[in-house]
Amino acid sequence: MSGLVLILITGVGLGALYFLVASGLSLIYGLMHVLNFAHGAFLTLSAFIGWQVAQTLGTDSWGSFLASVAVGAVVGAVFATLTELVLIRPLYERHIEQVLITVGLSFAAVALFEGIWGTDPININGPGWLRETTEVLGARIPNTYWVLMIAAVLVLAALVLFLQKTRYGMIIRAGVENRSMVTALGIDVRRSFTLVFAIGGAAAGIGGVLAMHYFTFVSAHLGSTLLIFAFIVTVIGGLGSLTGAAIASVVVAVLQQFANFYLDGTGDFIVVALLAVVLLVRPRGILGRKA
Amino acid sequence: MSAVAEPILTVEHLSGMIAGQQVVQDVSFSVPSVGITAVLGRNGVGKTSTLRGILGLISRRGAVTLDGERIETLPTHRIVQRGVGYVPEDREVFAKLTVAENLALAERTKNPRREFVAELFPDLVARRGQMAGTLSGGQQQMVSVARALLNDNRILLVDEPTKGLAPKIVAQVADALREAAKTVPILLVEQNLEVVRRLADDAVVIAGGQVVHTGTAASILDDRALTMRLLGVSGEVPA
Repeated sequence: MSGLVLILITGVGLGALYFLVASGLSLIYGLMHVLNFAHGAFLTLSAFIGWQVAQTLGTDSWGSFLASVAVGAVVGAVFATLTELVLIRPLYERHIEQVLITVGLSFAAVALFEGIWGTDPININGPGWLRETTEVLGARIPNTYWVLMIAAVLVLAALVLFLQKTRYGMIIRAGVENRSMVTALGIDVRRSFTLVFAIGGAAAGIGGVLAMHYFTFVSAHLGSTLLIFAFIVTVIGGLGSLTGAAIASVVVAVLQQFANFYLDGTGDFIVVALLAVVLLVRPRGILGRKA
Repeated sequence: MSAVAEPILTVEHLSGMIAGQQVVQDVSFSVPSVGITAVLGRNGVGKTSTLRGILGLISRRGAVTLDGERIETLPTHRIVQRGVGYVPEDREVFAKLTVAENLALAERTKNPRREFVAELFPDLVARRGQMAGTLSGGQQQMVSVARALLNDNRILLVDEPTKGLAPKIVAQVADALREAAKTVPILLVEQNLEVVRRLADDAVVIAGGQVVHTGTAASILDDRALTMRLLGVSGEVPA
């Protein structure tokens, strides 16, 4: 029983991390039809800067932890905004070139980060509570998972409120449905592109700092490791669907955890197999739009 | 065309491409600053593409002048902000947004004409909270027309507003357009010649992507041989 609870809760926690990364990918694709391969770079830079902030303020305190998360969000948002303005916007409506430039940026960013922070993973410390566990029905759950779940719920709630209650949110929802008609109403949809990139970058930034605590290290490849699973949950959830990404994140991560535990560490294989099945049976994903 | 009214919109040598294929070819005409000007032609001759070309929604060349200002180099949203309202073919309402949200998105000015729109389409007021995708075709068309009427535009581009609608709704939409035309000129693409006869003052006929005839709507529709040759149908209203 306790093993089942452990796998289930850690699966949900891992799904929360996937969602933090995938939410931005999903929003960006939904509005702009750009598969953003540079998303992992936003995450990695945020993690490195967040780590440096925590080093400066003292790694053990909750204050420095929260500051590093906030700085990570800001760094992710700024990096993503600059990427959209400088690299994506000049290639407006040229989707293939937009995708290629994000691929190029992701490679260049890893090389740059390795040049600055080295090629070896850097072990990190955080508040002592994060290294402890909490007992639930006999299962000892590492506390980092609770933090991941709280962060994902807060980010999801903030995104839903933003999309439902603000004019920009309304523009983004309309743009996901029919971008040219939004333009034909006199709205500069490109501003929404920048905003969506910034929001996605901020979520990835938060995910980056928390991923660093989850893995207990930060490296130049942190983002690319998570990006693969973020893409998988984005596709399974339905490209452009935030709710779909949230559901798929949890389903994929729980399945991965169960397969790792009960099927000799085959979690990654099972996830890729699930992706293949979804693409064959329901190519638009759980909540994606019909082509 | 009407001799007295200065043109609000002038299109000169407009050519348009979609996916590398020429859909509008060297089209030139002007729209008077009052009344309704119909764009007529058989299916697929480039009427919709002409409107989309004016708005910059398709790749195009040529000159488009709105009230003395050249607008063909502007992006679509800037053209619309200059006072060009657009009612697209097939309505294109945002299905997952409510009626109220669809209308709110279209509001460009501080004082949108909500009361005017509510008087024209009282049904939409009652359905404010309903998802636009769940409305009937006629109600969706009302949303689409209402979006264009909310702002003080200098011209409306209206594309097949009665397409696929029940006769009762056709009459309601036509009434709304006639009411709107009292304050703003309209460039109207319409296949229903009965509606054209009822609403339009002037007409431009397009064939093969080019303008082949201009004149008053009545003079074109009354010429049975002309309408049969250019439109493939008789312009006479059935008894």
